[in-house]
Amino acid sequence: MIKAKRKPLDEIFNMVKDYSRILCVGCGACTSVCLAGGQRETEILTQELSECFSQKGQRVEFSVFVTERQCNAEYLADIEDMVKEHDCIISTACGVGVQYLAEKYESKPVFPALNTMFIGLDRDIAFFEERCRTCGNCKLGYTGGICPVTCCAKSLLNGPCSGTNADGSCEVSRDVPCAWNKIYERLKAQNRLENILPIQPPMDWIDKGPASFIQSGYEKRYRK
Amino acid sequence: MKADSNLEKVLNEGHFAVTVELGPPRGTDISVIEKKAGFLRGMADAVNITDCQTAVVRMSSIATAAILARMGIEPVMQMTCRDRNRIAMQSDIMGASALGIKNMLSISGDHQSFGSQKNAKKVFDLDSIQLIGMVKRLRDEKKMLGDGDLIQGDVPMFIGAAANPFAPPEEFRALHLKKKIDAGADFIQTQGIFNIEKFREWMETVRDMGLDKRCSILAGLIPLKSAGMAKYLTDNVPGINIPDSVIKRINGVPKERAAEEGIAIICESIEQLRDIKGIAGVHIMAIEWEHKIAEIAERAKLLPRPLV
Ligand code: SF4
Ligand code: SF4
Repeated sequence: MIKAKRKPLDEIFNMVKDYSRILCVGCGACTSVCLAGGQRETEILTQELSECFSQKGQRVEFSVFVTERQCNAEYLADIEDMVKEHDCIISTACGVGVQYLAEKYESKPVFPALNTMFIGLDRDIAFFEERCRTCGNCKLGYTGGICPVTCCAKSLLNGPCSGTNADGSCEVSRDVPCAWNKIYERLKAQNRLENILPIQPPMDWIDKGPASFIQSGYEKRYRK
Repeated sequence: MKADSNLEKVLNEGHFAVTVELGPPRGTDISVIEKKAGFLRGMADAVNITDCQTAVVRMSSIATAAILARMGIEPVMQMTCRDRNRIAMQSDIMGASALGIKNMLSISGDHQSFGSQKNAKKVFDLDSIQLIGMVKRLRDEKKMLGDGDLIQGDVPMFIGAAANPFAPPEEFRALHLKKKIDAGADFIQTQGIFNIEKFREWMETVRDMGLDKRCSILAGLIPLKSAGMAKYLTDNVPGINIPDSVIKRINGVPKERAAEEGIAIICESIEQLRDIKGIAGVHIMAIEWEHKIAEIAERAKLLPRPLV
């Protein structure tokens, strides 16, 4: 899922310091799960912001609402009435949720409270690791289920660079394993080394501006 | 002949080749390049020009290589995959060729987090193997990537690649070398070799795969300046394996004689490497020690360099 992290309080306060009726909208999906933008975190944010305002001698009204999912119009409709009563919105969703809110309520200023970090897994409670850069051309089939685009610091598709440390860590940090060392070990154990012997041609990077796609089977719905 | 470079001719004629390294200045002072190049003239068959090594901004390898070519010293332009996408790479390779650069070395490049621009956006659009394939295509088919638009004129480039035999996953490194050769590498420069015995074994594997017949392998060498440097290389540079006997030697001499001992060690290594079947030459990486190359070349009996 998407993993996000709260911005420094100062930065958030700076964005909203000129408003007096602020709606904080959390998200019940990814950012709740990663403990950055659910009910609890969104309420804590409003308390901290209130304190910032009172230190400046300002009184500000806050409301909190956590949508089921901010990346879907149906759920955004839930807050329509609340939006009218506030003069700005802070979102504790990922960057997608922030943008959808801003698009849906075009006349309202919408501010992000989080930095959207990556798509990753839960290594432990509140401990996340990045695993996919959404390259649109998944290579996991020949790399033993280890992402060369994300987990190799140079996104190499044909094998390791010269920088793998003796302990098998990546040249960027002793704390990060070299993805290609792991790919080799795993494929060797599975007797599949031949998977990484052919040369992989240059990647078809999906980097052609904002993308959209229709899930197969649903094309009819959108055909004009 | 693929590129008709001096290095290619030296190798083709079966001479034991010598390449050395020159790091461009952190600025625009050409006299720095001229001074370093002056030390290297006549000492090697070609001079590698590093491409913002350790991700520190320096004068471009293309410009520095062109300055050397103008001085009549043959450069090997290094090109990393870190800073350029395929558009810039193809454009720069054609430009380099037009400026008279005939050798290049394709490498991934040190990660940006090492250098002076830690917050830079990395590129790595292609990897070093894909870059080799792209240059070969420009040279042999005169085609660009993608739809294969034809280019006008020739791109005579002698294509090099790097190999690091002793970095993990060690067992994969010879197979990885084969991939580089399959992609089109004409010559290989290895990481600095200190453990000659271990390297001899690796070369056996390489020969068994027939790789030495398909490209020219230059063994990399780094002169040790001090005991501290030996320790630094062992602890910090991937794939550097310095045997205890070498460490003992460099530790065993007084500080002021360590550099001298380092030169003795490298000369002996060159002697031993010459005898390894499949080794076509040496690549001496004397970082900021260009002025010592003459002494090393002389004592290792690498002079005079062949005129081809
Ligand atoms: S290769 Fe990596 S980045 Fe690309 S889709 Fe697969 S997991 Fe994601
Ligand atoms: S050390 Fe391994 S993971 Fe790190 S950049 Fe090199 S190949 Fe990729």
